[in-house]
Amino acid sequence: MNCREFLERLEDYLDPKTATELRAELDTHAFRCSHCQVTFNTTRKTVEIYRNNELYELPQNLREKIQEAVMKKCSKMREANKDCSGSSGE
Amino acid sequence: MNTLLALNADDLHPDVALVERVRGGDLSAFEQLMKQYDRQIFRIAQHITQSREDAEDVVQDTFLKAYTKLDQFQGNSKFYTWLVRIAVNESLMRLRKRRNHPTVSMDDDIQTEEGSVPRDFADWAPNPEQLYRQTEFAEILRSNVEKLSPGFRAVFALRDVDGLSTEETAEALGLSIPAVKSRLLRARLQLRERLSRYFRVPSGEQA
Repeated sequence: MNCREFLERLEDYLDPKTATELRAELDTHAFRCSHCQVTFNTTRKTVEIYRNNELYELPQNLREKIQEAVMKKCSKMREANKDCSGSSGE
Repeated sequence: MNTLLALNADDLHPDVALVERVRGGDLSAFEQLMKQYDRQIFRIAQHITQSREDAEDVVQDTFLKAYTKLDQFQGNSKFYTWLVRIAVNESLMRLRKRRNHPTVSMDDDIQTEEGSVPRDFADWAPNPEQLYRQTEFAEILRSNVEKLSPGFRAVFALRDVDGLSTEETAEALGLSIPAVKSRLLRARLQLRERLSRYFRVPSGEQA
């Protein structure tokens, strides 16, 4: 396996479900090639950092407001459809 | 009349029963679907648009569109995947409006190859999170994620944050499975390359 092939399989290497045989091949390359080893370790860390990145959560009061607004509009559309059967929403 | 009923009842996702109730005129079933998924849709939209306000609008527009287009939901995909597809499109549309840039699309990243091939091979500090104050670290991440193309942010958000499978991500983004895999790899490598500038071990300290 060369560096290009390693890079192409990086996704598989990051996936814990990857078959043992392929993993062993990737391990062997990473053991010999420090650049690919660093690329793998830092990419894995990138994914971890990105996953742990906590964004702003939708506050409950705003959530309820949005739900209410949507339901109100849906209710209006349902009534309009009843009055005018055959017409679709959009 | 109803293609969904032709499927084996055991194969049906519980959401399908809710969708059927909505089609029968039961709005409370739609409310249930919304309460089930609005947080996730908000999170995805926030990752793609990088804006709380836009993400709030996307949640509203996504559910309204889902309601009006419910007839188009065939039941051969999960309701949630179908919903995410709408949310991704609405998020991209918001970006177009905000930037007054009509061409923002899933294909934007085709032109941004930079950083997709690793060039920085410096190892990182063992705990890069500890190199900066929390707010500074969050800002480094935010500003660099924002530089990724919206298409890359979408694939990243669906796979790495929301945890959709490659197949579901492909369906939600209207891409092939190999295209999702390749975009995810390029998105991860681009972000890695950018973060490397901040997180690398200072050259004098490398083994």
